[in-house]
Amino acid sequence: MIAPARAPRAASDVKLLQIAGTRLSDHRYADLPSLLAPGDLLVVNDAATLPAALAADAGGQAVEIRLAGELHPSHTRAVLFGRGTWRERTEDRPAPPALGPGDAVRFVGGLGATVVEISPISPRLVTLAFDRRGEALLAAIYAAGRPVQYSYLAASLPLWAVQTRFAARPWAVEAPSAGHPLAWETLLALRARGVKLARLTHAAGLSSTGDPALDAALPLPERYDIPAETVRAVEAASRVIAVGTTVVRALEGAAARGALVPGSGTTDLRLGPGSPLRVVDALLTGVHVPGESHYALLGAFVDELTLARAAEHAARSGYLSHEFGDAVLVSAHAPL
Amino acid sequence: MKIEEAGCLVTGASRGLGRALAELLAARGARVVLVARGRDALDEAVAAIRAAGGRAWGIAADVGDKDAVYRIAGEAAALLGEVDLLVHNASTLGPTPLPLLLDMACEDLAQVLETNTVGPFRLSKAIAGPMVLRGRGVIVQVSSDAAVGAYPRWGAYGSSKAASDLLARTLAAELAESGVRVISVDPGEMDTQMHADAMPEADRSTLADPRKVAARLVALVEDEALAPSGARVAA
Repeated sequence: MIAPARAPRAASDVKLLQIAGTRLSDHRYADLPSLLAPGDLLVVNDAATLPAALAADAGGQAVEIRLAGELHPSHTRAVLFGRGTWRERTEDRPAPPALGPGDAVRFVGGLGATVVEISPISPRLVTLAFDRRGEALLAAIYAAGRPVQYSYLAASLPLWAVQTRFAARPWAVEAPSAGHPLAWETLLALRARGVKLARLTHAAGLSSTGDPALDAALPLPERYDIPAETVRAVEAASRVIAVGTTVVRALEGAAARGALVPGSGTTDLRLGPGSPLRVVDALLTGVHVPGESHYALLGAFVDELTLARAAEHAARSGYLSHEFGDAVLVSAHAPL
Repeated sequence: MKIEEAGCLVTGASRGLGRALAELLAARGARVVLVARGRDALDEAVAAIRAAGGRAWGIAADVGDKDAVYRIAGEAAALLGEVDLLVHNASTLGPTPLPLLLDMACEDLAQVLETNTVGPFRLSKAIAGPMVLRGRGVIVQVSSDAAVGAYPRWGAYGSSKAASDLLARTLAAELAESGVRVISVDPGEMDTQMHADAMPEADRSTLADPRKVAARLVALVEDEALAPSGARVAA
């Protein structure tokens, strides 16, 4: 059993498990520069995280609404939760009222929205049109929202605790957490070693809702934007190391349409054992446990037996899971 | 740095130098997010820029408020795409009339440092990260003559500006070769509300027009040779 990290931790406390081919090795996160080589390219997701959990009234009841996609004035995907807070397990929360198109939602602070669509996947997955746009919509969301978080954490997270050190456009509704331990100390050491850094923006979605049908459909299609300079850096790199599963989805999703080209798109790519990897050579991510979609994605890099050995080793060695946990660097070939 | 189409974030932008700077940047084709505490003055400043054909948005927030930092950074990035220029212009004098240091409540000094030094530092942390990753961007700390001269009654304000200047210089040193430029600009004495609050007896005819200072500041942002990273220059 791999325990979850219950609070944000200093980057210096984070451990790194390298899975290279079939080989496992233990490191400190700060050792990352020594595990990479000049000419390698580290690609991060620079999405900032929205305060995407909002208290609201809908269908005559108090509900919680978590944004499930990029914020858009007339069609933002969102998931309804019944009464309660992040302190309860999502699967234990009471069901929210059934809403239909045209129903009104009133958020704390006065922001209003109308339900425009109910997803066939689950009645809890809705599309909302807000009553304002632009800076007024942003201000209302930032005033009313809190970061999405789950019951294994010990305390409420302030907005700054979920941001990476390179967070830019607020597209993510849950933190692209693989980038959390990347301190500038490490990033500048990587650069000094000749490892290049590049970015893309990927609208990281919700990781869990407690609704079995909806959870089985995660991750939902997500928007990404790949700058031209990142495509050039990928072309020039000897190896591409994705920081986080969202970066793998964006790069491989874009490349699956043909050649990797700059620009914005939406990917519904789901990677798992045997999925071809056209761009990414290695993945720097959190410690994922069997059963998660993120864990299945690791199967695109190494075989199932190695992953099972790695999970057992991580449990025995006190590695911690989830967004403030330890890290895994996984690649098909040894040594990276 | 090219001003046209640049994404600019200016704090303390509803009056004085900040407003003059926001107006000039927008007139030069930049996209400008204005930050100020007071909603009414902010809305008026944004409306004036839009009426003149400029592209501007307002964020009502206090840069001294820790909870506001990622809201400002997130909203600005959402509105601008990329923040190319960050100007730390907001600041407070603390209590006026300016007291002698030995008469100043320590809490008032702490509040001046929080608003003028720690607040801008937090915002730099949130904005400089993506700039370093992109390998470009300019951060301007608006300083003061009081940061270098020991003027009676200006101790709190001056020390907050001196500390911000050294933070800017040190950040510039740490980010050498990163493509991100960090400079401090001393605007000199200007005919602003802040100056009137601090020195109501001053002869306004001897004070600089903030619009002229804004023009010189923009020239420093445009031309790296005039103000290389780590420099502290007069506008």
